[in-house]
Amino acid sequence: MSFAEKPGGRKSALVIETPEGVTFSYELATPFLRMLAWAVDAAAIAAASDAVGTVFREMGKLSSDWANGIAAVSFFVIQIGYGMALEWRWRGQTLGKRIFGLRVVDAQGLRLEFSQIALRNLLRLVDLLPALYLVGGIAAFASRNAQRLGDFAANTIVARERAGRLPNLERIAPARYNSLAAYPHLAARLRSRANAEAVAILTRALELRDGYDPTARVALYAELADYFRSLVEFPAAALEGLTDEQYLRGALRVIYGTARA
Amino acid sequence: MILDVARFAAAERPYWDELSATLEKLDGDPERRMLLAEVERLHYLYERASADLSRMDTFATFAIAPGLRAYLESLVSRAYMEIHETRAPVRIRWKQVALAFPRAFRRHLPAFALSLGITLLGCGMGWFALRQDPRSKAVLMPFPGLTGSPAERVAKEEQAQHDRYQGVKASFAAQLMTHNIQVTVMALAFGITFGVGTVILLFYNGVILGAVATDYIVAGQGVFLAGWLLPHGSIEIPAILLGGQAGLVLAGALIGWGDQTSRSRRLRAVARDLLAIVAGAAALLVWAGMVESFISQYHQPVIPYAVKIAFGLCELTALTFFLGWAGRE
Repeated sequence: MSFAEKPGGRKSALVIETPEGVTFSYELATPFLRMLAWAVDAAAIAAASDAVGTVFREMGKLSSDWANGIAAVSFFVIQIGYGMALEWRWRGQTLGKRIFGLRVVDAQGLRLEFSQIALRNLLRLVDLLPALYLVGGIAAFASRNAQRLGDFAANTIVARERAGRLPNLERIAPARYNSLAAYPHLAARLRSRANAEAVAILTRALELRDGYDPTARVALYAELADYFRSLVEFPAAALEGLTDEQYLRGALRVIYGTARA
Repeated sequence: MILDVARFAAAERPYWDELSATLEKLDGDPERRMLLAEVERLHYLYERASADLSRMDTFATFAIAPGLRAYLESLVSRAYMEIHETRAPVRIRWKQVALAFPRAFRRHLPAFALSLGITLLGCGMGWFALRQDPRSKAVLMPFPGLTGSPAERVAKEEQAQHDRYQGVKASFAAQLMTHNIQVTVMALAFGITFGVGTVILLFYNGVILGAVATDYIVAGQGVFLAGWLLPHGSIEIPAILLGGQAGLVLAGALIGWGDQTSRSRRLRAVARDLLAIVAGAAALLVWAGMVESFISQYHQPVIPYAVKIAFGLCELTALTFFLGWAGRE
């Protein structure tokens, strides 16, 4: 197990090597994202406490003493138990973490245990000191693994979830006659030279086609087409009559190896 | 060689989908025990997905299909958690949960002794400070009910004609419970400061306790003190000491004197015990809060001191037997 390191010394990812020799990584959540998730959780706790307060105000008509007593205990249980209950039920996620795509994971990549979840939530009392997560925030900024004190004691990290998927080629680049595929050696060259980031941008640009302002779309597609054309020079016959957008759709199918002439 | 990503994904997708569905099922029901055939299938699917991830890396196809690699990576990491989990699953058996507390307590007896020692040291300091300078009372016991003369308070309590806690007993109990549980959790949590915070908290509690005890004993009100403190204190004070014990165990795991294992292993090894001790202490404090509100505040002649003292001693004996012998093998 190791951590990919950022230039500043803080690590950006937890890399785990399995006994099978395969490596996978968890991207560490930034303190800023965690702060946003915490803000959502704080609002959820406030809303739950408010709802409980309303119920007990009604109950107060029967016995104000018992209503106040049970309400005080309930507020305490909500505050302490919110993180524990949700992180256990949702395997490392609270409402805020779900919204911002974060998840608490074991620092060794193993399954999260309840004792770890409980410990990191109990130590929140220290992380919160003196107010607004100052101790926890400083610890997370100072820690190479962005761990607050509770994470450190419980052997956990907070990672960003990545929902990888294959692009839906049939939707963004439907299978039609593709003049680029008539030149398999050039298609293979384009596939090997295409940069991952550029392919991701191209895929996204085609997916969001209808959301763009038409002028901006034409400019964006022209820029992308220039880049991909610069990688491999196809014969004029292959490009004849192709708009930038048509060229890009053909190039994407060629890159994913699904194109037929 | 370049992988035909679409063909590769189409061929492997049924296995990935099956693995994903199995993991979803496990996510939805963490307590579920898989049959041997299901475990074997999960292992096969995990190895297949690992091999696919490896193939993508070998043929550098992730360069053109980063989304696919991320998807496979997330599948493999989730399956890895399940396959390589060596710790026993947490299955809630209430008897075991109840016995985990005394067992954890006994496993870390030196830390409890240290917690008790620090508190007694604080008591000694409280006694010494009050004997040396009686005017320090306001600083040592910054609680309105304790700053006056003990004799006057006892006379007032014993002659009280009406119930001061009428209509607020439950809310007072809740206040006591939540405050004391918070103090106990803090005693644990301060263990992360290499035990410094835990030691300060225990010592400070001891100073207050020692000063209060000295004040009442010197004023000849020892019986009142015992009758007032024992019913709830025989549970509350040990519970806070248990919080201190947990904090010191956490500090010990952080420091790791003479222990060659890594810090993360040491912390992992004590995590369950810390939780068992603090959860047990919290349960004790719920009881102590009820007793303090409903019994401790009533004095002779409402409840004779002898009865209150006997009640407190019975509780302490029961707690000692529970922590010392329950769940012994």
